[in-house]
Amino acid sequence: MNAPRKETGSPGLGFRGLGAMGMPVQKPKNFKATLVRFLTYLTPHRLALSFVALAAICSTLFSVFSPKLLSEIITDILQGFIVHERTGVSVNFQQIGHLIILLCGLYLFSSLFSYIQQYVMAGIAQKTVYQLRRQVHEKLSRLPLQFYDVHPHGDILSRFINDFDNISNTLQQSLTQLITSVITLVGVIIMMITINVWMTLVVFVTLPLSVFAARFIATRSQRYFIGQQRVLGQLNGHVEEMYTGHTIIKAFGLEKKSLAEFESMNASLYEVGYKAQFISGIIMPVMGFIGNIGYVLVSVVGSLLVFNGVIEIGAIVAFTQYSGQFSQPITQLASIANIIQSTMASAERVFEILDEPEEVPDTTMPQELVAPHGNVMFEQVHFSYAEDEPLIENMNVDVKSGQMIAIVGPTGAGKTTIVNLLMRFYELQGGFISIDGVDITRLTRENLRSLFGMVLQDTWLFRGTILENIAYGRLRATREDVVMAAQAAHADHFIRTLPDGYDTMLHEEATDLSQGQKQLLTIARAILANPSILLLDEATSSVDTRTEVQIQKAMQELRQGKTSFVIAHRLSTIRDADWILVMNHGRVIEQGTHTQLMHDHGFYASLYNSQFAAATQEAF
Amino acid sequence: MRLLRYLSPYRWKIFVIIVLVFLQSLSSLYLPHLMSQIVDNGVLGHDMATILQLGGFMLVISIVGGVCSIAASYFASKVSMGFGRDLRSKVFSRVEHYTLHEISTIGTASLITRTTNDITQVQQLANMMLRMMVMAPLTAIGGIIMAVTTDAHLSLVIVGILPVLAIAIFSILGRATKLFKSMQVKIDTLNRVLREGLTGVRVIRSFNRGMFENHRFDMANLDLTSTSIQVNKIMALMFPLMMLIINFSTVAIVWFGGLRVGVGQMQIGSLMAFIQYVMQILFSVMMVSMMSFMIPRASASAARINEVLETEPEITDPINPKDEQGDVGLVEFRDVSFYYPGAKQAALQHVSFMAQAGAVTAIIGGTGSGKSTLLHMITRFYDATQGQILIDGIDVRELSQERLRAKMGYVPQQAVLFSGSIKENIRYGKADATDDEIRHAADVAQATEFISKMPDTFDAEITQGGTNVSGGQKQRLSIARALVRRPRIYLFDDSFSALDFKTDAALRAALKPEVLQSTVLIVAQRVSTVIEADQIIVLDEGKVEGIGTHDTLLHSCNAYQEIVASQLAKGESA
Repeated sequence: MNAPRKETGSPGLGFRGLGAMGMPVQKPKNFKATLVRFLTYLTPHRLALSFVALAAICSTLFSVFSPKLLSEIITDILQGFIVHERTGVSVNFQQIGHLIILLCGLYLFSSLFSYIQQYVMAGIAQKTVYQLRRQVHEKLSRLPLQFYDVHPHGDILSRFINDFDNISNTLQQSLTQLITSVITLVGVIIMMITINVWMTLVVFVTLPLSVFAARFIATRSQRYFIGQQRVLGQLNGHVEEMYTGHTIIKAFGLEKKSLAEFESMNASLYEVGYKAQFISGIIMPVMGFIGNIGYVLVSVVGSLLVFNGVIEIGAIVAFTQYSGQFSQPITQLASIANIIQSTMASAERVFEILDEPEEVPDTTMPQELVAPHGNVMFEQVHFSYAEDEPLIENMNVDVKSGQMIAIVGPTGAGKTTIVNLLMRFYELQGGFISIDGVDITRLTRENLRSLFGMVLQDTWLFRGTILENIAYGRLRATREDVVMAAQAAHADHFIRTLPDGYDTMLHEEATDLSQGQKQLLTIARAILANPSILLLDEATSSVDTRTEVQIQKAMQELRQGKTSFVIAHRLSTIRDADWILVMNHGRVIEQGTHTQLMHDHGFYASLYNSQFAAATQEAF
Repeated sequence: MRLLRYLSPYRWKIFVIIVLVFLQSLSSLYLPHLMSQIVDNGVLGHDMATILQLGGFMLVISIVGGVCSIAASYFASKVSMGFGRDLRSKVFSRVEHYTLHEISTIGTASLITRTTNDITQVQQLANMMLRMMVMAPLTAIGGIIMAVTTDAHLSLVIVGILPVLAIAIFSILGRATKLFKSMQVKIDTLNRVLREGLTGVRVIRSFNRGMFENHRFDMANLDLTSTSIQVNKIMALMFPLMMLIINFSTVAIVWFGGLRVGVGQMQIGSLMAFIQYVMQILFSVMMVSMMSFMIPRASASAARINEVLETEPEITDPINPKDEQGDVGLVEFRDVSFYYPGAKQAALQHVSFMAQAGAVTAIIGGTGSGKSTLLHMITRFYDATQGQILIDGIDVRELSQERLRAKMGYVPQQAVLFSGSIKENIRYGKADATDDEIRHAADVAQATEFISKMPDTFDAEITQGGTNVSGGQKQRLSIARALVRRPRIYLFDDSFSALDFKTDAALRAALKPEVLQSTVLIVAQRVSTVIEADQIIVLDEGKVEGIGTHDTLLHSCNAYQEIVASQLAKGESA
């Protein structure tokens, strides 16, 4: 818009536009393979896509042809004018009128095709992204737990948000831009040559200039952008730390220190930032400037040629328009190249998820267990998360129906490992676990997991009503079922005191309920599922005394007559247990009954003494 | 956009930018005028010298325009980045003065976004405005002036086109903006479903609800997809329609201009120039409308930033802070009641007690009983709604916050470390601590053993959020940080919970001689932690249920008995 120029009919005057040129580009590791794979997602739409391409071609051709027509009209007007001056015959407006109607038609069809192309592409782009998103989500449900434990959630979320956004933008805008840019470029050159070769060469003069300028600026600005990104990262990190540590900053009177650090980062961000902004920001003015020079050249040389009778006056009008149309696809192509690179990098990250190894498939000839007695056996179990760090070696446990197993150990001792193995969230490296004598790998996971009821400390509730959250425990549970389960979990009372009772909406992370109340809801959910074997995690600290008593009672009732594994924190639970697994640093280091273990004077004994025989303990 | 007032220090630079941009758009507009003269006087007047002369003049004008636009871009970068810097610094220092209440009202995560992304967003808009949006009206005005002086009659075409263009743009943008908003909501929903699926993966699998989750996700996915298709289909109209309007206006100019040329009322060169003027006017209008897309987003950011800047911290220093008289560390609560802002129920009710120097005061009670709140009142993170808190006989509100907190060593429930070396982290407690002091503090906090195992011992780097040390290690470093201060008053907010039992015992034994002279307040959940305290305060729902030693409370206080019974099996509690 700096130069007097006409834009091409190409769509999406990029929301990302020229800015993309100055930024550092994320590159895919394997461009070709990713591209090929990405294209397979477009093949179902090949018919629609060829239609889009056709529309893009038509629209561009019309817009490329129109300046020539315009130039003819102007020439006609001038000629008519000259004739009029000499002879007094008035300008032949009938002929001009015909040309003008033709020109209107060209413009109309160019816009119409451009609209059609964008319109159809909207459907293709979004449906493709929909398919891909759906595929990735389904893939997630088949990935082993290990994937979730190893990959930070933020990373997975970012692929879903940023990468898909990137892909859909590119599909929507850049693909058709690619087509229109190429055709415009070729079309404009051809049109220019048909009008006049010399003039065409004049337009070409500015080409190396703009390519050179664009490249020069882009490399320079990338350097500053990388610097800016780095300082911004530091600054954001500092803000994050200072805000999350606000209490400490205040308690230790460190506000001034923190502010001083911030100010120095902020100052250097300004220094590197304005340079990055400035350098990337001059791409447009410089291009405009070069465009203007082209315009001047076209005007002057064109006039000289008209002067010598080589070309008609209208040709100057045509060329001023063509020189604008000509430089635009070049800069556009340069930024599209970057956009496609970064899109492929995004696609690659998405494909990485699709390529993750899946869970070991269920056996093809599964046995089925319905309402088992609950005899659980660990036989020569070997397990580790990482290959070279064996955690569990040759573990043997024999649990009889109805027994309670306590798992004890300090925080972070890896007590959830047992849960991971029983539920088959992780695969064993050796030995087997059996229920009522059936190796759990001979069951479908669905069957296996339906046997277990799990209540973890980390209470997971989703956005929905309390009713929906409890009903999660069993498909097609009625309202009566839910209320009964809640009653059994001692949750009915507090639910009824809520404004909407069972229909109260729980917000994310369910902040409106106390931790203890949330746990009661998860117990109700487990009760509703009516499992044969229980995995329970006793609450430690975050629950008030009364709720805790209720949770205790609810858990006891839930355990009645069922085999249960309890991650235990209470002495009473541990002493009532039929068998104790003692864990530390991820390993099962001791097991036995309370009496046996105390007798051994091992880790358990010292743990027990320090934690529970508190009367002998010094408190300062 | 009240934030724009922060641009006022830059008003001279902005003025310069406007002048430069105006010159630049004038130069762009002047070029077609010169071209028309080349055509009319040079070509039609058969005067080669004029062509070359005017051509040279055009070149000069282009250069002047280019220089102006680059200079404008330079100043625009400086102003917008400076604006962002000022804003960031204002927001950050404001948040540093916030009390816990303001922090929790807005939320830490949200405050971080506001200080980082939101400001970047606003800064970008400022940059855009200074570069582009300033140019558009100037170009439009300049273009109209040029057009009218060239041919006033033909200028009527512009009067006809502008409303059409405006209506087209506004009707499309109006619909699109609405859809964009609903799309944002749907994106959030999709993300929420996904996030729930990630955090709850164990639960989902244990209940075999994978299919259900896939369905839930699919619904959100479909919903989002159909809205995005709608949005994009509407936006697909935008560009072709605008091009159509602009092209048709060219045709109109050629037709009506042609008629005027035909009867000799206008020269052909003027007609060519006129086409260019109109183009420039329309393109500047189009550019602004495209850019107006950024405005809703940035103004949402601006509103969030404004909220931060307009929230006044509740607690401020007294105008004439008192100098403390004694420096013993005596803490006294006199009939203190406290309501969290907006809460109907009191977090603390009529709490009165004294914590003496050289004695350990323990506070025990369930969640929500007000234990941590009580500590937060001593550090003056909150002010009492009623009653007084006195340190060495002076109301905490009469001391400066800095002086008040300098007396205290606070160890929070959740240990917080900062990125930097271990030494630096401990030094947060006392800026001029010597290496010996640091080593000693680490010794007492039982941190020396694991520190000496780290590659660079005390110079080992802690990553952001302390992710490279365990919870127990974090807690020990956080204790060392308080110890190195050698404060009059120690505040331990359930600070031993992540320690294993042996370390816990060793630490407490080592701590005992360290804190002999100090006032110690310990918040605890475990009975074992409080048994030996000189006085135990039992809190339940903000009320003091009893004060005394373990033995006296065991006989006199029901609430205490309940707690003891729930933690220790019968027979063990005596």
